[in-house]
Amino acid sequence: MQRHGLDRSLLLAVGGLVALGLLTLYSAGQTDVPSAATSIWKRQVIWLAVGVTGAAAAFRVSPRVLEWATPALYGGAVLLLGVTLFFGTGAGTAAGATSWLAVGGFRLGQPAEIAKVATVLMLARHMGALREPPPGLVKLLPTVAIVGVPFVLVGLQPDLGSAMVFLGILFAMLYWVGVRVRLLVLLASPLVSLLLAFSTISWGAWIVILTVVLLWVRPYALEGVALWLVNVAMGVMALELWKNLAPYQQNRLLSFLNPEIDPRDTGWNIIQSKVAIGSGGIFGKGFTAGTQKRLAFLPEQHTDFIFSVLGEEFGFVGVVVSLALFAILLVVLLRIARRAVDGYSSLLTAGVIGLLLTHVLVNVGMTVGLMPIVGIPLPFFSYGGSFLLACCIAIGLTLRVAWESRLSGYATSLGDTGGWRVPSAGARF
Amino acid sequence: MSWQNSPDIARRAGVGRTILLAVFAVLTLTFFRVQVVRSDRYRLVSEENRLRTVAIIAPRGLVIDRNGVVLAENVPGYSVALLAPSPGSLGVMLDRLQPILATDSATRASVFQRYRRAPTEPVVIRRDAPFEMVSALEELRPWNPGLVIQSDPKRRYPFGDVTAHLVGYVGEVTEQELEDRDYPGARIGTLVGRDGLERRYDDRLRGRNGKKFVEKDALGRTVREAGQESMLEPQPGETIRSTVDVELQQFVAATFPAGRRGAVVVMDPRSGEILALYSAPSYDPNLFIGGIDPEQWLELSQRRDFPLFNRATQARYAPASPWKLAVAAMALRRGIVDINSRMKFPCRGGMQYYNRYFRCWRAEGHGDLTLAEAIQYSCDVYFYQLGLNVGLTALLQDAIALGFGDPSGIDLPNEYPPIFPASTDYYNERYGRRGWTSAVTLNLAIGQGENTQTLINMVRFYAMLAHPRGIAFVPRLVAGNGGEPRSLDLSESALADLRAALVAVVDRGTAAGAQIADLRIAGKTGTAQNAHGLDHGWFIGFAPADNPRVLVGAIVEYAEHGSAVAPLATRIMARHLLGPDAVASRGGYRIETPADSAPESIPILPDTALLRAPSQDSARGAAARTR
Repeated sequence: MQRHGLDRSLLLAVGGLVALGLLTLYSAGQTDVPSAATSIWKRQVIWLAVGVTGAAAAFRVSPRVLEWATPALYGGAVLLLGVTLFFGTGAGTAAGATSWLAVGGFRLGQPAEIAKVATVLMLARHMGALREPPPGLVKLLPTVAIVGVPFVLVGLQPDLGSAMVFLGILFAMLYWVGVRVRLLVLLASPLVSLLLAFSTISWGAWIVILTVVLLWVRPYALEGVALWLVNVAMGVMALELWKNLAPYQQNRLLSFLNPEIDPRDTGWNIIQSKVAIGSGGIFGKGFTAGTQKRLAFLPEQHTDFIFSVLGEEFGFVGVVVSLALFAILLVVLLRIARRAVDGYSSLLTAGVIGLLLTHVLVNVGMTVGLMPIVGIPLPFFSYGGSFLLACCIAIGLTLRVAWESRLSGYATSLGDTGGWRVPSAGARF
Repeated sequence: MSWQNSPDIARRAGVGRTILLAVFAVLTLTFFRVQVVRSDRYRLVSEENRLRTVAIIAPRGLVIDRNGVVLAENVPGYSVALLAPSPGSLGVMLDRLQPILATDSATRASVFQRYRRAPTEPVVIRRDAPFEMVSALEELRPWNPGLVIQSDPKRRYPFGDVTAHLVGYVGEVTEQELEDRDYPGARIGTLVGRDGLERRYDDRLRGRNGKKFVEKDALGRTVREAGQESMLEPQPGETIRSTVDVELQQFVAATFPAGRRGAVVVMDPRSGEILALYSAPSYDPNLFIGGIDPEQWLELSQRRDFPLFNRATQARYAPASPWKLAVAAMALRRGIVDINSRMKFPCRGGMQYYNRYFRCWRAEGHGDLTLAEAIQYSCDVYFYQLGLNVGLTALLQDAIALGFGDPSGIDLPNEYPPIFPASTDYYNERYGRRGWTSAVTLNLAIGQGENTQTLINMVRFYAMLAHPRGIAFVPRLVAGNGGEPRSLDLSESALADLRAALVAVVDRGTAAGAQIADLRIAGKTGTAQNAHGLDHGWFIGFAPADNPRVLVGAIVEYAEHGSAVAPLATRIMARHLLGPDAVASRGGYRIETPADSAPESIPILPDTALLRAPSQDSARGAAARTR
């Protein structure tokens, strides 16, 4: 591995996750009741092969070429999203949403997953070119616009979970580029307004806090006023927006707040998932032996709730191992981002971190009731071709970033030796 | 690339790493809480999720007659049930299966009602589904996973309407009954006895349901059954052996005049065991199995001749002439008369009592009679005077002591208590202290007035006369101790005298013509006044007279007179004592024109008319009076 100049820790973490993911997916199909997911792991293996090919291809692409091609990729992704919005179909876990692109009845994939990576690239290109971090909200507008377009298109499908991922990517990259935290808070304030608007008191308190913060930060007057107005508008709009949500989305949010409201319907998922995980105990019920899973009490056990299967069968130990693998993966990516030779590569890696972290946090958090049920897949675990491919490509890109930085001798110059050497065979590229 | 300069980015990387690790720490802690700290709780839920207890229905016990012939049995049957995750999908399933199940809207409503009570238990749509329906449904099962077809033994009554009032029938327990705990131990869907022995001995017949644990999936479908060790075997219901002789019962049913209403009770007076108990008209209890069709139910329950009504235990009739033996027994016990005593006034077709004239049924009069002759000819004038001699207070007191104020205690459900004044206070309350005179004694003495008795209660009284020591056990359909026997408290010679008088009734008196060769039969006819038409005929008798082994009580509504009923009863005795060849069930006897018609109703009090509520039928009238 060293010979090929690939980052060993990254590969090990990803390899571990893929192996654990496949095992869990296989088990998720082993139920006592007839299930369509019985042999789904085989298809996942095929997708994995496609993903490895995609990763290899991504690895081979020079960041310069990639940076040059980014606008086209981003444009293409947005176009696909637009097409999906008009011609898409619903399927699987998102039966109510038009998130699939199909040709002649054959479902090609979910463009939103690819759009996430494309958006990361586009943001990296835009921000990498900046001389200094955007100092004010107005300067952030182009950045926000880049994320805003796919965010809105995905949100209209409507796919709340994927839309959230775009926000995760945006904030991770803004943070990485050095935008001040208080500016980030201001940027996030309309969202907070939206969420707090369900209670007039909490929203009123938030507006007061916001006003104080605005006076303290002292952005440009126009900016400040605009932001304040946007917050007020969000608060007012909240109710209308709520009414416009699909009933299943409303239910999901409501039962997040209190699963017992409707234990047979929407709360069912959270309750059964917690029961599966909790009954797994420390060591779990054993591979393929989870009763909650076997008897189909777990909803969507091969996609959204696959982590519950892992929790039930491998117990707390299995959960800690997989969470540790994810943590290692993200920390290694953080290191890669820090050592990247150029701004584009560094930001790209930061975007991938944002993407993966959002997916892991929301998906895993959802299985234990920490997060509302917004149905987004768990990287390397959940069944799903498009997303696996997107993740593999992202990993391929970051491998390239790591390889580039080692090639430049950056790692050695800092005296960091942990697996970092100037690749001897890297000159092949 | 100023944003990327090293110290800054190193700092951000450091903070970023801290944030990352914090996020994972929070996740890990949450999982620690769920999987380690609270694991037990979730494990319990998971087990509850997985394992459900399913009742194994205990087979209901058989009912057999005294010779072991089966009166109620279980035959294989199937029930169709649905298991639905929500009321909506229940509706969809019902719609989809409608072409086969053909449920009407009432059934549908009750199905939904039942579903709401226990959504996780299968809702039975159809008990006793015919085989064609089961096979048609079985074909659709792959598309209807919530369809549950269970083997569900159903009840069958081989003798149908012959034993209907005896054995009763079963039905699914209702929500109201569960709430009232009418049937301890019953659960939703349990079949419980509704009438007859099925009801009375329900707790013994039902047995105890077993339990098994089955693994269910999220939709409640059974995946596999848990190990045998975790199973609780059902305890089958007891077999109840009745004292009834079903061959005799069949003979009774066949001999009972077709189209007539009434009842017959056959008892062994030595033990109180009931040998046959028949009420006409009857019904087929098999109709109730698998849930009775509402139209049939309406027909059965609304029919003017009330087939569901047990005329042996639930209909009250004026006891009429058979009652005279009670008055005679009281007078003998009190030493007021002996069997040869004569009354002050001979019978001249009636007697004057203060301002009223009380008639005898025989307008020409019976002349001067002894007690034995008065019984033989059922002379009213004699008993008017005998009643006055005993006195109203003593009469009421003795009658209560003999059990005429209480139900017989037979082991059948819903026996109606007789109506009989507990003391003279009854009259005070009813008519006011000065509103009545001792003239009520005269009516009471001949079995009219404020006195209605069930057939079974009269039979119990005659059992005392038949018993060598003058005692009667509580009538029993299932052997067992029914309680303390009642006693006439008469000397054996006095009892023999009364029996001799009763023999004379059949040989030469009102029941002459009902004799059977080779049998000495003792018995008493009676004619109960009926405000609604022809009088009801009584006959109660026993044989052989010197050592009675069988006692038959019969009442035929609108039979005009007891002498028409007597041949029916004597044939039953002969059939029982002499065997099947002695007498044919039909032909050979005729309903005779009355030799003695009932005495005219004597209007003592304007209110007595009100006692007989104006209603369709004596049965319903009796029911109305109890309210």
